[in-house]
Amino acid sequence: MSSSPDKLVYMANQIGKFFHSQGRDRAVQGISEHIWKFWDPRMRKQIFAHLDAGGSGLDANVRDALEKLRLQA
Amino acid sequence: MSLIQEIDFGTPKSKSETMVTLTIDGNQITVPEGTSIMRAAMEAGTQIPKLCATDMVDAFGSCRLCLVEIEGRAGTPASCTTPATNGLVVHTQSDRLKKLRKGVMELYISDHPLDCLTCAANGDCELQDMAGAVGLRDVRYGYEGENHVFAKAHGCENDNWMPKDESNPYFTYDPSKCIVCSRCVRACEEVQGTFALTISGRGFDSRVSPGMNESFLGSECVSCGACVQACPTATLTEKSVIEIGQPEHSVVTTCAYCGVGCAFKAEMRGEEVVRMVPWKDGKANRGHSCVKGRFAWGYTTHKERILKPMIRERIEDPWQEVSWDEAFNFAAAKFKGIQQKYGRDTVGGITSSRCTNEETYLVQKLIRGGFGNNNVDTCARVCHSPTGYGLSQTFGTSAGTQDFDSVEDTDVVLIIGANPASAHPVFASRLKKRLRQGAKLIVVDPRRTEMVESPHVKALHLPLMPGTNVAVLTALAHVIVTEGLVDEAFVRERCDWSEFEDWAVYVADPKHSPEATAIMTGVDPKALREAARIYATGGNGAIYYGLGVTEHSQGSTTVIAIANLAMVTGNIGRPGVGVNPLRGQNNVQGSCDMGSFPHELPGYRHIAGDAVREQFEAMWNVKLNNEPGLRIPNMFDAAIEGTFMGLYVQGEDILQSDPNTKHVVAALSAMECVIVHDLFLNETANYAHVFLPGSTFLEKDGTFTNAERRIQRVRKVMTPLNGYADWEVTIMLGKAMGFAMNYSHPSEIMDEIAALTPTFAGVSYARLDQLGSVQWPCNEKAPEGTPVMHIGGFVRGKGKFIITEYIATDERTGPRYPLLLTTGRILSQYNVGAQTRRTENVVWHAEDRLEIHPHDAEQRGVRDGDWVRLASRAGETTLRAEITDRVAPGVVYTTFHHPDTQANVITTDFSDWATNCPEYKVTAVQISPSNGPSDWQKAYDEQARNSRRIAPVVEAAE
Repeated sequence: MSSSPDKLVYMANQIGKFFHSQGRDRAVQGISEHIWKFWDPRMRKQIFAHLDAGGSGLDANVRDALEKLRLQA
Repeated sequence: MSLIQEIDFGTPKSKSETMVTLTIDGNQITVPEGTSIMRAAMEAGTQIPKLCATDMVDAFGSCRLCLVEIEGRAGTPASCTTPATNGLVVHTQSDRLKKLRKGVMELYISDHPLDCLTCAANGDCELQDMAGAVGLRDVRYGYEGENHVFAKAHGCENDNWMPKDESNPYFTYDPSKCIVCSRCVRACEEVQGTFALTISGRGFDSRVSPGMNESFLGSECVSCGACVQACPTATLTEKSVIEIGQPEHSVVTTCAYCGVGCAFKAEMRGEEVVRMVPWKDGKANRGHSCVKGRFAWGYTTHKERILKPMIRERIEDPWQEVSWDEAFNFAAAKFKGIQQKYGRDTVGGITSSRCTNEETYLVQKLIRGGFGNNNVDTCARVCHSPTGYGLSQTFGTSAGTQDFDSVEDTDVVLIIGANPASAHPVFASRLKKRLRQGAKLIVVDPRRTEMVESPHVKALHLPLMPGTNVAVLTALAHVIVTEGLVDEAFVRERCDWSEFEDWAVYVADPKHSPEATAIMTGVDPKALREAARIYATGGNGAIYYGLGVTEHSQGSTTVIAIANLAMVTGNIGRPGVGVNPLRGQNNVQGSCDMGSFPHELPGYRHIAGDAVREQFEAMWNVKLNNEPGLRIPNMFDAAIEGTFMGLYVQGEDILQSDPNTKHVVAALSAMECVIVHDLFLNETANYAHVFLPGSTFLEKDGTFTNAERRIQRVRKVMTPLNGYADWEVTIMLGKAMGFAMNYSHPSEIMDEIAALTPTFAGVSYARLDQLGSVQWPCNEKAPEGTPVMHIGGFVRGKGKFIITEYIATDERTGPRYPLLLTTGRILSQYNVGAQTRRTENVVWHAEDRLEIHPHDAEQRGVRDGDWVRLASRAGETTLRAEITDRVAPGVVYTTFHHPDTQANVITTDFSDWATNCPEYKVTAVQISPSNGPSDWQKAYDEQARNSRRIAPVVEAAE
């Protein structure tokens, strides 16, 4: 976990795993809300940039949650 | 100012609600049933002479001094052991009583030295007081006979005489002054619960004996000081009193060590502390203390304290002592330069959980208002941030639900990942007292801690593999749900029923059963089922937990699982139950309450909420940023990336306390300006450019908030040696940066907090002086505070069940790192040891040791006391091994109190999914024999020594 996108992807997926058991809709809502509430703007910017670059490594729910969050922002 | 004299009622207070009325010396007195005649008399203002009785322990009836006459009863019963009953007519003074008492005193004094003028207890001796009270004028027996007083008798060695035991660094035991009243022995048993003391021998041969006639230091004694407090003579005396003399005034204040928040009387001569004595009216500690708060305050005047501000351009340079103004201007110029060069959001700060609420509030105010961003965090990030998250999600408040008194009504105690006997000792004593009365105890912990087995305590122990908390707690829930032990009435009334149903279906799945999960958790399914049944059906069940819960990848999930357990069994919302996080530092609760987290303002309100933020903007007269800032681990990552360049750290040693030391070193080295505001040149200061000297808790006014949400006053008893209290330093730093904060006293800061924070609306220094302490929420609805939360309903409305899926941490053992390291604390040391290492407490713990199971040690050729190399994927260090079966095979354990060990070189970057609280409690490691310090340790030591150099001040030539 040296380079930053990797670390942020790891963190986002960790959040995703917690919400996974709540079903897709609630998970996507929960993940996007969590990232909005707790991540500093530069971290969000970086993960959005990673998403634009293909978003490799992001779990499906997390990817959806980030798309949703970007639309809100 | 004068010395606070607490009334000793002789025997403990009765809790009975039935009242009885009796007559003592012609006055009618009404007291609760079960009150002794001695106490009833004292409540009416009549002090019956006594020696063996004191109200911190039960009546004993041995000294025969407190005799009274009761009309209609034969003889002269002891008033301490005789209960008050309706209609008794008692006389406390008569010719017969006078004669008897004088006779008793004469015998006592015939075997006691008469060096009263030079005795350390002169001015504070109950024996002397009683001799005076009974009018003893003569001792007819002389001192020629057999005695314990003189080293020699008739030219020969006196075998009855024993020399002083000076082994304990803080108090002296002088057997020649002992009257064998047993108060020390009973205090050790009843108050502390250690049972280190006993009376050996009988009759004239009776002696106080630590252990089996050992020295105090060599015995099981934990140096809590209860025996010293109980001693009526100079037999057990604080060494500081022997050296200095009796105090002349005292001030009530709050201990600056752990989250229990013991109230103490600082007993003073002028500005010198003579001793710290636990205050009987302290609602957290009820007159008890531990070795840290009672004795380990020597660091406050330690020669290594830095008293002058210092600066340097580069961390390779020696420090330059400068004036306060120069230091502030230097720091302000650096921070402004960084913000101009890199942007507004590239600086931040860390508030201290050791400083007061007022100081913490000011630091976050400076960052939000002065720096113009929300890059503020606090050490709670690395300890109880998951508690804040988990409990606010489920219950609606980020704090424990009970007061400590609640344990007196508890029937089943479930301790998870906490070792209160070491880390929260005064609470542990109160808990053990309840256990001796019959409450049951379940301990979920990888180690067989002191809580699992100690005198008169035997817990049902679930020794789990580190990292499997969620699996164990979900298995407990599985048993409760599938065996029909749910408190359905409670859940239907108080919780969201449909969320409960989803959750119940989830936990009932056979894959969550104790039998199915045992392979991961290592917990015996039978024991787990028994634990679930006891907790669910054994009466009032209370959960106490610590960092063994929070400091994991699934820390927040575990807190949620704990909340689920409390809700499903209806153990919430009344005395004796609840969910109780045992918080680490003295004011970690307060630092969270005061808005130290980057996403929320004081009172746990998100920074994005316009209404709340606008209130702060209006009060502070500044526009605030509405985006969350960086958390501590994010700050480190950003620093390495080059987007975070300046940090103001108040009272926190992040280099030693945060995980993966190499990562922290890299981050601090990358920053252009680090300001450390502390008592000592701590490890973080090795990478700092500005050092602002801090003040101790004895040198300032303020408040601390303990683990029970109790806000207590900290009172200044001496002038700050460094010149300024920490709140004043922050104000001056802010001023240099162009951000004005105007307060003349911390009470004004509290008034501002109260005006802006609904849960603190009723808090003021006047209210605290009047009530002693209050537990938040304290407002119009609860003007005297809130001892127990969620009575009648949850703060968030309906209690929220949340599914807690067990997800194993990615920190895994493997062929190269086959063992799991977990970390913890020891009684005598505190946190990174910055304070306790600078006291005599080092006699109990001079170095961190690695606990390893005999099986694992043998496989590696490690013997007890050998140096071993401890290596993880993050780094390696060396320390000495201690072979013990307290840890299971496959698990090793160490403490993190000493910088030369640097246990955090080993710990990794993994962290809690919700809060980034580091995973300190699980690290895959390998152990091998070693000859001594690792290369990293040597290089670290070299850098630290180099970095601590202070340039000599050049005097101008005449």
